[in-house]
Amino acid sequence: MVSKEEILTLLDAVKDPEIPVLSIRDLGILRALTLTPDGWIIDITPTYSGCPAMITIEEEIAKVLNAHGITQFTVNSSLSPAWTTDWITEEGKRKLEAYGIAPPVDEVDKSVLFSKPPVVPCPKCKETNTKLISQFGSTACKAHYQCQVCLEPFDYFKCLR
Amino acid sequence: MEHTYKFLLRIGDDSLILGQRLAELCGHGPILEEDIALTNISLDLIGQATNIYTYAAQLEGKGRDADALAFLRLEHQYLNAILVEQPNGNFADTLVRQFFFDVYRKLLFEQLLTSTDEQVAAIAEKSLKETRYHLKHSSEWVIRLGDGTELSKERAQFAILDLWRYTEELFYMDETEIQLAKAGVIPNLQDLKPLWMEHVLSILNIATLKLPENQGFFGAGRQGRHSEYMGFLLAQLQYMQRVYPNMQW
Repeated sequence: MVSKEEILTLLDAVKDPEIPVLSIRDLGILRALTLTPDGWIIDITPTYSGCPAMITIEEEIAKVLNAHGITQFTVNSSLSPAWTTDWITEEGKRKLEAYGIAPPVDEVDKSVLFSKPPVVPCPKCKETNTKLISQFGSTACKAHYQCQVCLEPFDYFKCLR
Repeated sequence: MEHTYKFLLRIGDDSLILGQRLAELCGHGPILEEDIALTNISLDLIGQATNIYTYAAQLEGKGRDADALAFLRLEHQYLNAILVEQPNGNFADTLVRQFFFDVYRKLLFEQLLTSTDEQVAAIAEKSLKETRYHLKHSSEWVIRLGDGTELSKERAQFAILDLWRYTEELFYMDETEIQLAKAGVIPNLQDLKPLWMEHVLSILNIATLKLPENQGFFGAGRQGRHSEYMGFLLAQLQYMQRVYPNMQW
């Protein structure tokens, strides 16, 4: 019988297909792992409702577990409690930055109209003189910024709470 | 159960059909950032539709899945409000339609958080965060367009006059909503209307835009009777599943 820890280690191999440096644990998508008489129940939650990575992630989990002879499991997608960027681990935030994506700063882009966007340091040169280009970026979870010092355009992983 | 199913189709179809409309703008947005923004919102809406249909299909219990509900119904079986099927028109038409819808959806989801149906509450919890973001985007644009150039103001004002008549339908209640409101599954939608009006007016005032006076309302989308645009939209939406039944990506 494999232990919970062993399964968690195996699941570290499952990455977010759009941010391949982050595992589903780093990202906080993996919510729970429970052993029942019918096998393991793996609870995952989407970052955004329309996250197209969810199906791929479910398939990857199945592939990894099957490859290690684990066949008694169900992958369950749950919506509540809704995912927040607070669930991204510290390790995950470090990996994001090293990958060139600014990790969520500790501030939600408030829903006040034309409010100043949060100050996001450039993941390349670390300068804080950066500019919001668009509230919407390459995927649902990101906004688009540009550094005013090194001119690097970069993705910012939006703070969601 | 039957009532919840029908209500889920009504709000799920709103999401799907507006998501489809916004998806038409993929590669056709007026500027790159807005192209990406509008298709991001489209993706959120289609994701919300998936969650809503998945639960609806489960309640129906006839072995249909979310895809079957999305792709394999006939026009009169879609129960979206007529507002969301209106064509994209110009940028002001698209954003005013979005703004009217976003205000309504934010109020609706806020109320659904306390639904006596746990899954409905979970869907609302997930969708509300996205909807707030959408509303900020559409509100800012309504203000920019209204309080912008002469041309942008004219177009925004015209869009309001054109789309206003479809907004009443968002608060439509028949036996389905009345029963669900009694059971605490949904709020009384008529109670949302004054809140909606207050929010809409607060933005339109900043935008220096006006609401039409003495204008009638219409729309029977909630009963499955649609405008002339719906058939064309469905033809495109359903094409692959109709031509290649059960095809998968």
